[in-house]
Amino acid sequence: MPKSDKSNKQSSAKSNDKHQPTTGPLALLIASRKGAFILRGSKNREKWKLSDPIFLGHMVHHMVQDPREPKSILMACRTGHLGPTVFRSTDLGDTWVEAKTPPAFPKAPEGEKGRVVDHVFWLTPGHSSEPGVWYAGSSPQGLFRSEDGGANWEGVSGFNDHPLRDTWVGSFGDGTPDGPKMHSVLIDPQDSNHMYLGMSMGGVFESTNRGADWTPLNKGCVADFLPVPDPEYGHDPHCVRLHPLKPDRLYQQNHCGIYRLERDQGVWIRIGDNMPKEVGDIGFPMVLHPRDPDTAWVFPMDGTEVWPRTSPDGRPAAYVTHDAGESWKRLAKGLPEKHAWLTVKRQAMTADSYEPVGVYFGTTNGEVWGSTNEGKKWACLARHLPHVYAVEVAERFK
Amino acid sequence: MKVYVPSALRSYTGKKDEVEADGATLAELLRELDRRYPGFRFRIIDEQDAIRPHIKIFVNYDQAHELSVALRRDDEVSILLALSGGSDGRTRDIEEEQK
Repeated sequence: MPKSDKSNKQSSAKSNDKHQPTTGPLALLIASRKGAFILRGSKNREKWKLSDPIFLGHMVHHMVQDPREPKSILMACRTGHLGPTVFRSTDLGDTWVEAKTPPAFPKAPEGEKGRVVDHVFWLTPGHSSEPGVWYAGSSPQGLFRSEDGGANWEGVSGFNDHPLRDTWVGSFGDGTPDGPKMHSVLIDPQDSNHMYLGMSMGGVFESTNRGADWTPLNKGCVADFLPVPDPEYGHDPHCVRLHPLKPDRLYQQNHCGIYRLERDQGVWIRIGDNMPKEVGDIGFPMVLHPRDPDTAWVFPMDGTEVWPRTSPDGRPAAYVTHDAGESWKRLAKGLPEKHAWLTVKRQAMTADSYEPVGVYFGTTNGEVWGSTNEGKKWACLARHLPHVYAVEVAERFK
Repeated sequence: MKVYVPSALRSYTGKKDEVEADGATLAELLRELDRRYPGFRFRIIDEQDAIRPHIKIFVNYDQAHELSVALRRDDEVSILLALSGGSDGRTRDIEEEQK
């Protein structure tokens, strides 16, 4: 396993206020199949108050706070009938303004078939040194950038027009059942030109020139649904995370297990092999501790036979590692002990940066669960919501 | 000409279910509507200038399948939401795939 560089971690944390534990009000931004909700936490995170629905009936795929402007939130949505768009709020969700130019592929030349954005799936604020810059990932796989806080979006040609783009992503039917997706757009906090992205399907890709060119980064990662034994691309990462204090370490929850990559080694190591065999290492989300690069949480799903994608054996639990995946511990206290067939999607689990860290997840049956002690004990914070697509933490929420 | 606006688009038209607009073709009419109600067009017409799968546009009683359809001043244009309840999204994907 990699060395757990505690001294380096601490010095990094002390040198940068962003990595100090947060205090003050926070909220959970809940994106659902039938609208968005804001769940406001009290100062000690013991009481929670749910907002009225925002854009009730809209399919909201992601709602994300801008850490550079904490009152600003971006929301990606569409409806069953209406096409995809992005809304922005600059007053903590009280009012919303639609993008003037939402993410869209270029018009194809006459006689050629052009790509169409079905939905905007993922939103990522740009580097801390670039206020107003945002990235969006779409279904089908496309990368878009806004340089004005989400008002106008342009395709990142280095990916969308890459000569190998269609080869990397396959055909439309090669994606997940609700459409192939670009997700996990990650910006290296030490270098705004250094980016990663994940695609289902397609795999993990890296750019060192602000998206002008991309290289597959999948060595060591299994893709057992492909006939090729060790493919360069075509994998199915469900959720990829980069640690802000150790950005050369990546984790991913993949269709085929849980992995960690040390960038200088360039090979994904299957740390999910250390999960209990009866649980397995299949799932969708993965969440990192904001101050400890060795600590991460997953929420396993049943990946046997026809892939139920529900809690294994009907006994939901998160699992945590404190040693970068060498070992895992079950965290189920407070969750239903049996007969609970929860599904947690890839964007529906997150953590705050308080001390101790709060961990939260939303389910497809409309519940939001949280733990204010790093998963040691869970409580249901909201229920009877629509199918939850995504949960993100918004801090300094006042 | 009169343009009937479905419930899902009335957030753009100030809750009006019917507006007056002009254009020699459906494309021109929608450009005019988008100028007055920014964002309106892209919700129903995709970036390849196709009418979105669950939107139907009728000129009088005839369904328009392309934006090049010619219009007269006394035409009535109806923008309708197609029946699509019960879909979990997979139906749309299959339709996209079959295009």
